[in-house]
Amino acid sequence: MNLAAELEQNQHVGVAPTAALRCQRYRRRILEMSQQVTALHMASAFSCLEMVDVVYQRLLRPADVFLMSKGHGCLAQYVVLEDLGVLPRADLDAFCTASGRLGTHPDIGPGIHASTGSLGHGLGIAAGMAYATKLQESGRMVYVMLSDGELQEGSTWEAMMVAANLGLDNLVALVDLNDFQSLGRASELHPHLYPVAEKARAFGWEAAVVDGHNPDAVCAAAVGRSGEQPFLLAGRTVKGKGVSFMENVPIWHYRSPSPQEYTQAMAELGGNPFPENEGT
Amino acid sequence: MRNAFAEAFYEAACEDQRLCMVVADLSPAGSMEKFRERFPRRFINTGVAEQAMIGLAAGLAASGLRPFAYTIATFALYRPFEFVRDDLCYQNLPVTVVGMGAGLSYSTLGSTHHAQEDVAVACALPNLTVLAPCDPAETRLCTRWCATEARGPVYLRLGKADEPDLTTGADTFRFGKLRYLQRGADVCILGYGPILERGRELARRLEAQGESVSLVSAHTLKPLDVEGIVQALASHRRMVVLEEMTPHGLGLRVKAIAHDCMAWARIEAFALRDEFIHCYGTRDDILAAHGLGLDTMEARI
Repeated sequence: MNLAAELEQNQHVGVAPTAALRCQRYRRRILEMSQQVTALHMASAFSCLEMVDVVYQRLLRPADVFLMSKGHGCLAQYVVLEDLGVLPRADLDAFCTASGRLGTHPDIGPGIHASTGSLGHGLGIAAGMAYATKLQESGRMVYVMLSDGELQEGSTWEAMMVAANLGLDNLVALVDLNDFQSLGRASELHPHLYPVAEKARAFGWEAAVVDGHNPDAVCAAAVGRSGEQPFLLAGRTVKGKGVSFMENVPIWHYRSPSPQEYTQAMAELGGNPFPENEGT
Repeated sequence: MRNAFAEAFYEAACEDQRLCMVVADLSPAGSMEKFRERFPRRFINTGVAEQAMIGLAAGLAASGLRPFAYTIATFALYRPFEFVRDDLCYQNLPVTVVGMGAGLSYSTLGSTHHAQEDVAVACALPNLTVLAPCDPAETRLCTRWCATEARGPVYLRLGKADEPDLTTGADTFRFGKLRYLQRGADVCILGYGPILERGRELARRLEAQGESVSLVSAHTLKPLDVEGIVQALASHRRMVVLEEMTPHGLGLRVKAIAHDCMAWARIEAFALRDEFIHCYGTRDDILAAHGLGLDTMEARI
């Protein structure tokens, strides 16, 4: 069975509206968790949320692996894993507390296949996993989520070069192109890093650029790849997507909303500001 | 030592197909070439890309394989240091990082190629086992241990080539335990790596003065055999620690242990200077520039 047909089997009918509702619910859950800590990276989670959702809900088969190389976006991974029953609700409720095991960067454990947080590590690890799959002839796919800021790390390009030359056609790197890093617009700091897809192709990858908030487009691009090279799927996204006052405002890379901001954000996301009344 | 390493690795790799080799543009001489020819898919060359070498090894290990990452010590440990720390040690993955040509092995290549602080750096990392065999035979035993026994990351510190045999007639190798190459009653010379050859020469000179001398290989630097060092301190009048490393290594540990157990033995610690030496020549020349000439050491004891 070819890859496209295999993935077709995993897809749900009418998935797009469901995905949109689901991602709104995930955003509300992240917002809830934001009230437990003063510093987190919710805007970075909001930008990659639809892509993370597509990977888990539509692409990943049981043996496949997903790594959150942009570890600071891990809230997106936590809420999806909670929804899938991989992470218990209690773990997310204990986020960043002494009794919990989940922090603002992912640590290897159930559902989490690599400890990340320092940028530029995930692609190399993912390449090793993809190569191991070749040696073991297991047919496993390896997906990894990178940030655009992470493309400034030299190690990412080392891994990019090695992955193509090892013929890792079972490796898919998604890039959350939200165009922001801690101190401002990535494209203003390093304009020559763009266009990203072109750079990836020059390194021997197949590449595509889509709207990273459109689940069908993300899924179609992943499924439609040739499968002959490693594949880079750049999703154009909005940092802080879904909450008007967070979108494209750098402070929300770290900041946690005040109670007033929380109420406003929850209203924008169509939710009840009192989370105990809302099931997940 | 590199040939002994490659032979031992090849033998183990024939028995266990999970073993693979990730190198960063290091020429696969001797048995390494044999391994590459026989198991081409298990030999991966990342090129001049050491961060990718460690990251790739981490991914392989996370998938159930047992990779070795192999290049010159400075490029195996320093260049990709944070990858060793985060990818291997933090995740506690069974990867052996092989630092070839450690210490001053590459004497004429200058300080960029001198791994003169590697043991201190490696021992500072949680989960990392640190091994430094003293001769080719001990290299085989350490390599075997890494290939078959290691459950987490290891830094395996090797010299280069043509090291003399020091361990014929020595006690049996046991991971984590001091290994007596010869036993005496007055002076204990304790060290690790190929510089123990100098320890043997020192032992000969001291024996000529009528001293009874122990010569001990501390091949396992982490976890260190604290109990063995306490016993050595108790059973000798004098302790000489010898290391081809800056003074942040075994000498300090032995002194701390001596303090804790209130040992009365006199301790003389020889190490490289905490300096970059801007001179070239043979390894002997650079060791002498660091104050580790045999005559200099004998005069201090």
